[in-house]
Amino acid sequence: MSAEREIMEFDVVIVGGGLSGLSAAIRLKQLAAEAGKELEVCVLEKGSEVGAHILSGACFEPTTLTELIPDWKEKGAPLTVPTIDDNFILLTERRAIKMPTPPQMENEGNYIISMANLCRWLGEQADALGVQIFPGFAAAEVLYDEAGGVRGVATGDMGIGKDGQQTANYQPGYELTAKQTIFAEGCRGSLTRDLFERFDLRKDAQPQTYGVGIKEIWEIEPAKHKPGKLVHTIGWPLGAATYGGSALYHMENNQIAIMFVVGLDYKNPWLSPFEEFQRFKTHPAIRPLLEGGRRLAYGARSLSEGGFQSIPKLTFPGGLLIGDTAGFLNVPKIKGGHTAMKSGMLAAEAVFEHLQKEDAGTEVTAYSDNIRKSWLWKELYEARNIRPSFRWGMWFGLGYSALDTYLFRGRAPWTFSILPDHEEIEEKEFHPKIDYPKPDGVITFDRLSSVFLSNINHEENQICHLRLRDESAPVNINLKKYAAPETRYCPAGVYEILGEEEGNPRLQINAQNCLHCKTCDIKDPTQNIRWTTPEGGSGPNYPNM
Amino acid sequence: MKVLVPVKRVVDSNTKVRAKADETGVDLANVKMSMNPFDEIAVEEAVRLKEKGVATEVVVVSCGASSSQETLRTALAVGADRAILVDCGDADLQPLAVAKLLKAVSDKENPQIIIAGKQAIDDDANQVGQMLAALQGWPQVTFASRVDVADGKVKVTREIDGGLETLEASLPAVITADLRLNEPRYAKLPDVMKAKKRPLDTTTPAELGVNVTPRLKTLKVSEPPKRQGGGKVADVADLVNKLKNEAKVI
Ligand SMILES: Cc1cc2nc3c(=O)[nH]c(=O)nc-3n(C[C@H](O)[C@H](O)[C@H](O)COP(=O)(O)OP(=O)(O)OC[C@H]3O[C@@H](n4cnc5c(N)ncnc54)[C@H](O)[C@@H]3O)c2cc1C
Ligand SMILES: Cc1cc2nc3c(=O)[nH]c(=O)nc-3n(C[C@H](O)[C@H](O)[C@H](O)COP(=O)(O)OP(=O)(O)OC[C@H]3O[C@@H](n4cnc5c(N)ncnc54)[C@H](O)[C@@H]3O)c2cc1C
Ligand code: SF4
Repeated sequence: MSAEREIMEFDVVIVGGGLSGLSAAIRLKQLAAEAGKELEVCVLEKGSEVGAHILSGACFEPTTLTELIPDWKEKGAPLTVPTIDDNFILLTERRAIKMPTPPQMENEGNYIISMANLCRWLGEQADALGVQIFPGFAAAEVLYDEAGGVRGVATGDMGIGKDGQQTANYQPGYELTAKQTIFAEGCRGSLTRDLFERFDLRKDAQPQTYGVGIKEIWEIEPAKHKPGKLVHTIGWPLGAATYGGSALYHMENNQIAIMFVVGLDYKNPWLSPFEEFQRFKTHPAIRPLLEGGRRLAYGARSLSEGGFQSIPKLTFPGGLLIGDTAGFLNVPKIKGGHTAMKSGMLAAEAVFEHLQKEDAGTEVTAYSDNIRKSWLWKELYEARNIRPSFRWGMWFGLGYSALDTYLFRGRAPWTFSILPDHEEIEEKEFHPKIDYPKPDGVITFDRLSSVFLSNINHEENQICHLRLRDESAPVNINLKKYAAPETRYCPAGVYEILGEEEGNPRLQINAQNCLHCKTCDIKDPTQNIRWTTPEGGSGPNYPNM
Repeated sequence: MKVLVPVKRVVDSNTKVRAKADETGVDLANVKMSMNPFDEIAVEEAVRLKEKGVATEVVVVSCGASSSQETLRTALAVGADRAILVDCGDADLQPLAVAKLLKAVSDKENPQIIIAGKQAIDDDANQVGQMLAALQGWPQVTFASRVDVADGKVKVTREIDGGLETLEASLPAVITADLRLNEPRYAKLPDVMKAKKRPLDTTTPAELGVNVTPRLKTLKVSEPPKRQGGGKVADVADLVNKLKNEAKVI
């Protein structure tokens, strides 16, 4: 940490330039313009540009975008492919059984988009309204005032070498202070996690649960391509005990987004979400689509699956949480884009009103009230039991979901409870080792050649941003009891156990491959790994993810 | 003394580029673009000359689509004073056209030094600096790894096979920047904000009286053949057999 940090003052600082953060920024500026008031708003984004770290489906519900920017069509928003053909399929090893599409998964009026490109476009809209957007700057630390409230954030120092010493290019971080700081870090925000602890925000909420989504973009043969077509699958290659499935969306230009989500409440430590995905692509119903095509992009990102009962307290003195870092994702719909935007807009409205008060740095409780009064709350409430019901296996989950959806319409008088994901993992003895097939280099690949397509930029000479609380745990606990699950769940191959043959095992961390998906921060059995922000601008450079 | 630095918006160096399926060019859709890394070095050198009190003003210029404004703002954020965009729409700009545009800009600006990158990492042509010097009738010193300016002259060190070469040229001159000339700084946050307010003028090839019609035609852009995976041979006999009958080299 450095003494000589420069201070920059704003009215509102927003951490994260995803859909939620950008929507909040735009709404704030709109309100200020309507009221004829000056308002300094800035957005910090750790990616090298807005969109560089955004990975999503994405089948997008445009309702909230229309609320925010009614003339988005005229302004050229990148929503060009309406969804047309919805398919829900149960896979067994050989067969593909078409099922009725559950109503939450029906997608009429929606668009297949690149959320990264939508963020880029929203970034331009925000910039035009006078929002200060700072891509390439990560918020590394929350700043507190004497009374214990949040007074802003500090960006990380740049140019600190591996050895912790300043390099010739050293540049201290900045303190960005504000009356209100909006945290919009997306799933498993690294500063949000500190706020959870500091303000005990999760006290009355169930633990958040997560999934990891691994995604590839393929260019396929034109004859097989049907813009707007959606396919969702469940079942093979995951056993009935593991929650997960795939989504396959036909975008424009003969490209398809193909992704695989695995619930991080999985129990078998031998499971590898990456390998399950690769294996999935070899299914007789999927492989022919990819044959003759080429893979263009690769990436991974976690998503919140806890839903309604996992939503934390949203406000604290000087700040609030919006978007997926608060857990506003509708799991049965597998959509969090429209809810992220809505929460951002509601936050902006509450914050703007609050800023007119004398004590503008206090808690914006009106935001939580607005959320409770909105369609967002109702939507998440009705979906609340579907994901947890899959804890008892896929068949129970499917049966219950149907019952819950068609019979109770989400109004069942009970709410299922959940455990944190890292506690769900079981010791290696209780589970069979999984032998995954070798990649063929055509349809299936290894992790290194995949990460190559994520366009990662990571200054090698910097302190490792994956921190271990206990240096001995990777071998003494993770390896001994769980066969080092981090070597399998990390979709980028960051973690490796070396020296096992010589009887001297140790954990090697290839931090420069990190995709910022946050899976390790979530799933490490003893929560020993802490994901912190590396130097701003580090990480993937996703294209139209 | 004024320094002019031409900067080009190119595919980001972290991006894995690919040829378009129809082989008409590199697929630039959805690809991240950044300032040509050698131009970052050129800007840094110009800013250092200003900080040393040698230069008084650093002007950056880019020829390209309006999106090149972003590249110019990046240069402004690390210390350039002023920017000029030569808005060429999505015209296919070739090195000679760029050199002519830069000459036209230079004629108006009258810089004493032009520092360009040694090459742009997209086309790797390594031509603009040299063509520009020829059009101007100025001395040129390419691949600079050290630049010292004094008494109306510039001393430039170049890394050559087996050692260093130091050249001296009289000003005005064109210099092109090599990789080890310096290590560009990180932009400072307040400067990113200030960069938005610095002047950025736009002109066009027509205003500059330059015809940018391409003179070269690209026939085909294709990817290198995929490397065939290796195989293990059982013994010498197998190796000889494979060389004879599969590879057909003996
Ligand atoms: C595989 C997958 C498929 C999905 N499919 C769909 C779908 O089809 N439809 C749909 O609507 N939703 C979908 N979602 C969910 C949707 O993507 C998210 O709900 C949405 O992106 C949440 O937006 P956000 O703004 O909260 O967070 P994010 O989109 O995650 O954005 C957060 C931003 O903040 C930045 N950031 C984080 N921490 C910091 C920091 N400390 N300093 C600076 N910057 C920081 C990040 O780099 C990022 O740019 C999917 C998600 C996944 C993972
Ligand atoms: C498909 C295609 C897309 C293109 N897209 C763009 C684009 O988005 N933006 C764009 O600016 N040009 C674009 N161009 C223009 C074109 O690539 C170059 O301007 C021209 O080919 C010269 O590049 P080079 O690699 O031959 O230059 P080199 O001779 O290798 O360049 C050497 C140095 O000259 C200077 N220089 C070169 N070009 C420029 C320039 N345009 N402006 C300022 N200084 C320069 C830089 O200092 C550079 O380091 C595009 C061309 C094609 C074919
Ligand atoms: S190191 Fe952690 S955050 Fe980075 S890619 Fe691996 S699992 Fe994801």
